Amino acid sequence: MSAEILQPPTFVQARARARAERRAETRRTRGLLMGRSRTGRVIALLILAFVALGWLLPLAWAVDTSLKTETQAQSLPLRWFPEGGFTLENYRTVFERGEVFTWMWNTLLIAAAVTVLTVIICALAGYAFSRTVFMGRRMLFALTIALIMVPGQILIVPLFKEMDALNLIDTFWGVILPQTVAPMMVYIFKQYFDQVPQEIEDAARVDGAGNWRLFWNVVLPVSRPIVAAVAIFVFISAWNNFMWPFIVTNNPDLMTLPVGLSTVKNAYGIIYAQTMASAMIAALPLTILFMLFQRQIVKAVATTGLGGQ
Amino acid sequence: MSSSIAAQRRGARDVATTQAVKRLGSGLPFLIPFVVVAVLFLIIPVLYGVWLSFTEQSLMGNGGFVGIDNYAEAFADPTMWATLGNTVMFTVMSTVPLVLIALVMALLVYIGIPGQWFWRLAFFAPYLLPVAVVVQVWTWLFNSDVGFVNYWIQQIGLDKVGWLTDVDVAMWSIVVLTVWWTVGFNFLLYLSSLQAIPDLLYEAAEVDGAGFWRKIWSVTLPQLRGTTVLVATLQVIASLKVFDQMFIAFNGGSGPEGSTRPILQYIYDTGFTNYRMGYASAMSYIFFAVIIVITVAFQLLTRTRKDKSNER
Repeated sequence: MSAEILQPPTFVQARARARAERRAETRRTRGLLMGRSRTGRVIALLILAFVALGWLLPLAWAVDTSLKTETQAQSLPLRWFPEGGFTLENYRTVFERGEVFTWMWNTLLIAAAVTVLTVIICALAGYAFSRTVFMGRRMLFALTIALIMVPGQILIVPLFKEMDALNLIDTFWGVILPQTVAPMMVYIFKQYFDQVPQEIEDAARVDGAGNWRLFWNVVLPVSRPIVAAVAIFVFISAWNNFMWPFIVTNNPDLMTLPVGLSTVKNAYGIIYAQTMASAMIAALPLTILFMLFQRQIVKAVATTGLGGQ
Repeated sequence: MSSSIAAQRRGARDVATTQAVKRLGSGLPFLIPFVVVAVLFLIIPVLYGVWLSFTEQSLMGNGGFVGIDNYAEAFADPTMWATLGNTVMFTVMSTVPLVLIALVMALLVYIGIPGQWFWRLAFFAPYLLPVAVVVQVWTWLFNSDVGFVNYWIQQIGLDKVGWLTDVDVAMWSIVVLTVWWTVGFNFLLYLSSLQAIPDLLYEAAEVDGAGFWRKIWSVTLPQLRGTTVLVATLQVIASLKVFDQMFIAFNGGSGPEGSTRPILQYIYDTGFTNYRMGYASAMSYIFFAVIIVITVAFQLLTRTRKDKSNER
């Protein structure tokens, strides 16, 4: 009993094992490619560190600026540590104004709705194309593939007029609905469902399960990785989408983060320190998510980016 | 004769389908939600846009049919060609570094440097930032008087550069911030296909006495060919649609002497600022045609290369 309690929980063990495996994998790759040579490794590390520094420096400087007063930010020579120390003043102003949080909340609502709808719509369509039959299936699938080629950006004018006719300008649904059309994701779901072994399905069919039961209780549960991948990918895209929300919303209360932030500069003139503070707050949610779910997000980008290869 | 065979085949397929439908049930209802949104928000706008492009629309929305006038006007419009040129220039300038830098960084991480999570965080994190954040951070860095970049350039003893105000430089600045922002996506695609290369190939190369560069050149890069074609194609298509970065960086303006205005912004300005929606639609379809031509040409180009490599 007491020995059991002293054992670390299984998921901790599992994570430690996975980490050890990854380390061994890294060592194996290194051995395969570079042998025992130390110099090569050091050079590679130096180049990588140099490039990574270039990638992190802009962010570091933005964070640094956000912690200065406006005068400190714009005085020469530039200093990482300003005379008189750092201040949280900019963050307090941004908090008090509160618009960043409104935008963030709007973006969250919209991105979540887009994600849920897109996943449901595209998974259903992918299932229909992959595992069921009906007249015109091939033709409809070919049409879906053709639709992948249409860049949504060229449709802004007719889509705007259509949304106007539907009275959806300046509404959440007006922002959400056009973003749920994702023929590429239908294709990705179909490719994945194609690989689900027929036997699992046959067993359920013998038991008299219909398509809905099969989709919901058999195919979807074994397809969790692709559902997660598509969901993550769609969420990131929706969270960062600028053009369509910008065109379809004018009301500041409905603005999303990218749209709202792009207006800050116009409204307040050039106040860099404060702008950086709101930018950093806006950057926070997805950065935290990435740190928590790094592996899943990386996998999601890899799978959806490769078109379900 | 041939038509009757086709009919027979069709008949056979119909019978097969009917049997299968009896066995599996029709999946058509599953398609309804997708068909509804696709028709409403993709197919109708595409067709409606075609119709709009043949009309003259004003602010009131009452337009008359003008035939191909809009298209004729577009072909004679120097601004359209200039903005289309900017778009193509941006695509060329951004695709090359976005593929090469991604490849080099992925290779460096892959050859066995520990702490993968850190490198991934460093290179991929910017991709998660909203475009407005990216542009604001870089306009601050590119500030000509108190900006970080110019400060250090002057410290080295060079003259300061008008990153966002100089005609010759502005587009490069947009390229720099775009590369910084999005290279992580390509980096991840490369990294995951690098990890999919079987160790066996390297072991075989080792047996053949191949050194480090030889292994990279003869094993790794050929194995990455498919990914490179994919990354480059995705990148070309994405870069042709550039709009956000320029629009936000220049507050909806067109950059120094219009040098950074992409065609999508010209379409936006024409449709939403000047309310010439018919003309904007016509240019949209010309642009669509250009995208298709470039994409197809690109595909053909990479395909011939691939075939040649197979013959070798």
